[in-house]
Amino acid sequence: MSTDDISLNDNQYLTFVLEDELFALNIGSVREVLELTSITKVPRTPEFIRGVINLRGRAVPVVDLRMKFGMGETRRTVNTCIIIVEVELDGESTVLGALADSVQEVYEMESSQIEPPPRMGTRIKSEFITGMGKSGDRFIVILDINKVFSAEELNLAADAVGISGTVERREGTADAGV
Amino acid sequence: MSQDDMHRMAFKEEAAELLGELEDSLLALEDQPEDQDLINRVFRAMHTIKGSGAMFGFDDIAAFTHEVETVFDKVRNGLFAVTKPLLDLTLAARDHIKSLLEVSDALDADDEVIQTRGRDILCRLRQLSPTAEPEPVREAVEPASELPRGKATYRIRFRPGPDFYTTGNNPLHLLEDLFALGIVRSYPHTEDIPCLEDIDPESCHVWWDIILGAQVDQGQVQDVFVFVEDECAQLSIEMIDSGSAAADGGVYKKLGEILVERGDLTPEDLAQALASQKRLGALLTESGVVPGPTVEAALVEQDAVRDIRKAREPAAETAASIRVAADKLDNLVDLVGELVIVQAQIKQVVSGSADAVLKTLSEHLERLSDDLRDSTLGIRMLPIGTTFNKYRRLVRDLSAELGKQIDLVTSGEETELDKTVIERLGDPLVHLLRNSIDHGVETPEERLAAGKPARGTVRLTAEHSGGAVVIRIADDGRGLEAQAIRAKAVERGLVSPEAELTEKELYNLIFLPGFSTARAITSVSGRGVGMDVVKRGIESLRGAVEIDSVPGQGTEITVRLPLTLAIIDGLQVQTGQEFFVAPLSIVEECVDLPRTDRLDGDRIVNLRGEIVPYIRLRDFFSIDGRPPDVEQVVVSCVEGSRVGIVVDRVIGEHQTVIKSLGRIYRDVEGLSGATIKGDGTMALILDVPGLLRAAVQS
Repeated sequence: MSTDDISLNDNQYLTFVLEDELFALNIGSVREVLELTSITKVPRTPEFIRGVINLRGRAVPVVDLRMKFGMGETRRTVNTCIIIVEVELDGESTVLGALADSVQEVYEMESSQIEPPPRMGTRIKSEFITGMGKSGDRFIVILDINKVFSAEELNLAADAVGISGTVERREGTADAGV
Repeated sequence: MSQDDMHRMAFKEEAAELLGELEDSLLALEDQPEDQDLINRVFRAMHTIKGSGAMFGFDDIAAFTHEVETVFDKVRNGLFAVTKPLLDLTLAARDHIKSLLEVSDALDADDEVIQTRGRDILCRLRQLSPTAEPEPVREAVEPASELPRGKATYRIRFRPGPDFYTTGNNPLHLLEDLFALGIVRSYPHTEDIPCLEDIDPESCHVWWDIILGAQVDQGQVQDVFVFVEDECAQLSIEMIDSGSAAADGGVYKKLGEILVERGDLTPEDLAQALASQKRLGALLTESGVVPGPTVEAALVEQDAVRDIRKAREPAAETAASIRVAADKLDNLVDLVGELVIVQAQIKQVVSGSADAVLKTLSEHLERLSDDLRDSTLGIRMLPIGTTFNKYRRLVRDLSAELGKQIDLVTSGEETELDKTVIERLGDPLVHLLRNSIDHGVETPEERLAAGKPARGTVRLTAEHSGGAVVIRIADDGRGLEAQAIRAKAVERGLVSPEAELTEKELYNLIFLPGFSTARAITSVSGRGVGMDVVKRGIESLRGAVEIDSVPGQGTEITVRLPLTLAIIDGLQVQTGQEFFVAPLSIVEECVDLPRTDRLDGDRIVNLRGEIVPYIRLRDFFSIDGRPPDVEQVVVSCVEGSRVGIVVDRVIGEHQTVIKSLGRIYRDVEGLSGATIKGDGTMALILDVPGLLRAAVQS
């Protein structure tokens, strides 16, 4: 993508629903949206990383955002989607999938319409949020995808591998969600 | 990138290759200093570097190489023998050329240091050179002139004018001068001598065709005739063979060609004559001197010899090869991977159909894609021996620097590994070898005192073992002191003082970051970086490294690397709803595991009387669900011992295109990647040795 495209897309956001809340990602980091396909579970890894899917011959890990944010496991419905995003992981560009209950639309918001993240009162860690937008009378939580999918958040430290690591992780996410 | 830059790049690549070849030859010369073939190879490599260097504007390289080449020219001509100082210097010169090449990239490089070093090498080389003849001076003045190396061949037609004698010349003196230059074959033409009544005794009637083989340049031949040039009716001197290519001893031009070249025969006449000519064999047979079959047999021999010569030519130069950018190759491998996946999907679809034609086609496709896969992957595989030579040099230089006598013995050079693996293996192996040389092998005095031969040996071996390549570096040095390591580890706070560790565990502590047992910091090793870097480097290749040692007898380091092929043959298995693939290369057999054999706590299966431990995948990966009544055991061979992997069901062979699980799943134990099944979903590839390690740990 050229720099021109990025500036063009700078105020465009893909909105999606987790549970009943509206979230958004900057369109620049979104590659595509897929229907939910079969996910192959990878054993001995944190549960919120649901496994891998075959994206045109590539193994792409899929993260359950709801579990990550402490909203419980994503259930399979006709609307369930996988949003394929590109994030920087330890300086490497990595392709990941994020599960969403449903994907809404591409929504345009000027930066003046976006408010800074509240310091408390949100269900998810405020550091994951770049700002709050509005659609009608609904709030849109704009996520900082690189923070949500940072190496620490994905629990990549070597000691976290294994069953016990998974348990700890889940507790950790639950705390963050409260 | 401009055209010029591209050429310069190409030159650099070529030069780097030639320098590698040069190094190999020089090291080989050390063992066989008499080998004329090797000397020629050294010479040729330098000659090519010089030639193309000058062509692409690397004048400093050309000038420097020229001087070194001059010395080797003398060696080649037997003027003096290959000695160790000469090889040392030539190796140094080779390194200097290499640094010149590198410096040409960086504009701000410290030129002065390099220049000085270059001059120093040349100076010492000249001192080595036994004869202080004036020739080198001349060569230095005009380094670009193409002097004939070895014996050049000249064709001289010397036809004195009729008045030759009247000017006081004697053609015989000139001929004698030529004889002094080298080997001369002359053919006097007497056909112009008139009959006795008509002869003018004061004129010269004879002329000569002379072939001169001598180690001189054309100017020197010309000098012989310098005073008589004007008195000659015809004088021509041509170099017909520069000598550099003459070494192959091939057949020289045919008679007809020579005549045409000399202008004594027109090509048309030659063609006509040839058309009417019968072959010697036919002539002999017709005249009945030799029976037909005998002639044919002789012709066969002639053909055979010619073919052998032809075949030898390219082999003596470089193996026929083309240079391809690595990313093109990667792309090809990717495409083949995709093809294999599609083929697997087709196979799955077709297996459910009753169409016999379709089934045959699918089988054809499978065979073809198998072959395509193997040959495509084969392109990326290189014998590891290509890097062993580099280590030979390292051992030679380092042991000299440390005053040790060490031989490097290598085996398994032909073991093939993926190109990227070989490249990334270089640094870790250098570290390990340096360690063996610096810490492992003792000085000759110490060795003699310990009752060992003064010369130490470092063994570098590579071999295939199951689905992995095992590289071992073993020295016969002093071995590791387990207690010293322990003390050091405790001092550094790496282990607690009361920790109970086996000797092997103690040895493996040296792979921890910040660990170094060397008491003195040498330039070679002992800065405390190294072994942990080695371990990380090897682990990044999904390999493992282990160390074992016998005090007083030596240390052995074992590096185990997966073949990391992009595509392997696998065995697909199922447990619960999950699918896995085990590399077929380590699978020995599959047997049933009846419920009666499963004793609680006992994780062993009786395989024809042999006790084989097993890992139940369902337990290890915490897979939900009830196991079937009869589970199956995939018996695999890991590092020489059998281990069973218990699964619900063995599905069958699977063409496994290895897909990386990526950064996120890099540290998952027991898995080495993912693959795509026939239905498009993914299956995970089992890393059986890793599985075993993790199971043993827990």
